[in-house]
Amino acid sequence: MAKVLMKGCEAIAEAAVRAGCRFFAGYPITPQNEIPEYLSWRLPEVGGVFVQGESEVASVNMVYGAAASGCRSMTSSSGPGISLKAEGISYLAGTGIPAVIVNISRGGPGLGSIQPAQQDYLQATKALGHGGFRAMVFAPATLQEAVDLTYNAWDYAERDRNPVMILMDGCLGAIMELVEFPEMKEADRQGTKAWDLNRKEGDDRKARLLTPYFPEAILELKNTSQKKMIERWAQNDVKVEEFMVEDAEYIIVAYGISARVSKEAILRLREEGYKVGMIRPITLYPFPKESFNKLNYDQVKGFIDVELAIPAQMHDDIALEVKDRAPIYEYCRSGGLLFDDDGVYTAVRKILDGGAK
Amino acid sequence: MLNINTSLCKGCSYCIKFCPKKILEMGTERNNHGHFFPHITDEASCIACAMCATICPEGAIEITKEETNNG
Amino acid sequence: MAEYKRPESLKKTPSGFCPGCMHSLATKLIAEVIGEMGQVDNCVHIVPVGCSTLNLAYWQGDVLGAAHGRAPAVATGFKRSNPERLVFAYQGDGDLAAIGLAEIMGAANRGENFTVIFFNNQTYGMTGGQMAPTTLIGQKTTTTRYGRDPETTGYPMKMCELISTLEAPAFVARYALNTPKGCRDAKKAIRKAFDIQMAGKGFTFIELLGNCPTNWGLSPLQTLDYMESNTIPYFVPGVYKDKYKDEVK
Repeated sequence: MAKVLMKGCEAIAEAAVRAGCRFFAGYPITPQNEIPEYLSWRLPEVGGVFVQGESEVASVNMVYGAAASGCRSMTSSSGPGISLKAEGISYLAGTGIPAVIVNISRGGPGLGSIQPAQQDYLQATKALGHGGFRAMVFAPATLQEAVDLTYNAWDYAERDRNPVMILMDGCLGAIMELVEFPEMKEADRQGTKAWDLNRKEGDDRKARLLTPYFPEAILELKNTSQKKMIERWAQNDVKVEEFMVEDAEYIIVAYGISARVSKEAILRLREEGYKVGMIRPITLYPFPKESFNKLNYDQVKGFIDVELAIPAQMHDDIALEVKDRAPIYEYCRSGGLLFDDDGVYTAVRKILDGGAK
Repeated sequence: MLNINTSLCKGCSYCIKFCPKKILEMGTERNNHGHFFPHITDEASCIACAMCATICPEGAIEITKEETNNG
Repeated sequence: MAEYKRPESLKKTPSGFCPGCMHSLATKLIAEVIGEMGQVDNCVHIVPVGCSTLNLAYWQGDVLGAAHGRAPAVATGFKRSNPERLVFAYQGDGDLAAIGLAEIMGAANRGENFTVIFFNNQTYGMTGGQMAPTTLIGQKTTTTRYGRDPETTGYPMKMCELISTLEAPAFVARYALNTPKGCRDAKKAIRKAFDIQMAGKGFTFIELLGNCPTNWGLSPLQTLDYMESNTIPYFVPGVYKDKYKDEVK
């Protein structure tokens, strides 16, 4: 298929349709409005359903209902709206209903700003809701990657009976790039999956109970199996880009738009002889721990956490792996203010020069 | 035929209150769950109006048609 | 002669409800209708949070548990992606008229094609008898120890009246379960609501006035009289909206 020029939010929406998503419910909030707007006309074209909910709370619960019937379902929002969806996301994880949640993130806390930021890293990776569960968090850095990650997101969600989050900053949501879409998939609606309450005529399967409530002993078993699930993720499902790390003395750690800007800065610094590389987590959860542990710490002199978040949020995850084997510096902006090439370049160079002295 | 599944009964007495023939009476025995349950004092007077079965919260009362050849 | 069988969509064990609780009565009436319609396999019961959660262990059929107040949103998602299924949400007063007010009004206003059965017993039973949005003026609860005072807590919410002001809903009605006649009328209305739903004709809402012997501090028999003299005069039973009066039996 030929490449098309598309806006980030719309590319995610179309990728969802291609993945077999046939239900979307959402509520307006900037900077993700293009997702519901696109799906409001696109889903009916393919026999799907779009509902504009009365709130984020209602929307995520509509997704819970639709997904419980085996229908691939999605909702999207941004910071404040994701907080409202936290209840529903926790119920998805608790009941074991797969769905995809997109966060096109903006400045925070509170109402924050409507401009792009990466202020929701901790929420996404540590506590998407109450009750101590985890979800896989995909953080694309290009629109093609956003398309591919969204397209595959339901395969993970359904495999694990767990929600999957696409975390993308408002900058990537708004930019336009050439993307190539994979082929159209139709979701299996035969009522064959364990969470699936769908029942076709003549189907004599036994009644199914999808409950968010568990007796103590069963709940502990469920918690234990979720622990094993996240251990399997760490083993099998980590996605990471390692850029020029082989000989690197300083390694930038960045995801999403921050990684794109950092890459430009790295190329410029390399031309000047600085041995800089980058670890770019594509799955923020599971975090790419191995990328840090396999490094030669006689060679690596330091890490620079580049984020659109103040205070830096990924810092703790990096520190857990680096374990005092090298210093971790930060270069961060927030509030909806963006990096430019010069900003990252200048800041990183300052750190490198300081470190070299 | 009026049949009370006494193991489901919780002893609320609604059936006794609404029986138009007053042929239900609370017993002195308890079921497995510790509840008293009613018994029928005069089954022949039952008109099978199903008032008791309708108001029984637990669905513990069933009314079945008498088979004619039994009569 | 009448015949009366325990409905097949109830498990053959006692419900989890207290003695005399009309939650189990309401559940039984719904189960009877679904059995009579031959819809046991096709039906999906959306179970919310509250005492009604006990239906998770009592209802024999497809069950989907929802978060507190969100049953109408969950039902929206399910029914929209499975229009052929018979979907009903069964909600208590705290669930529907307090935390879930946005969800019920949103679903009703969109005219979603499912049925909500609203069980109004004027208290939060599961959590120990706190004041509900429907608690009567003067009624004592664990959070209104001297009786509900309208100066600080407002007045009991009349959901049938509220929902019937909307354009979309097809059938809105209220019944009291404290007499066999009330139960039979309620059952007929539930049947009508389900028929409207299966004909694809829109949102249906049945409010059932019930009791809570445990938290009202009354015996089951005493609650019947309490309802007659207190609940029913305020929450007047009747049909509040009927779009298809002449079309659907």
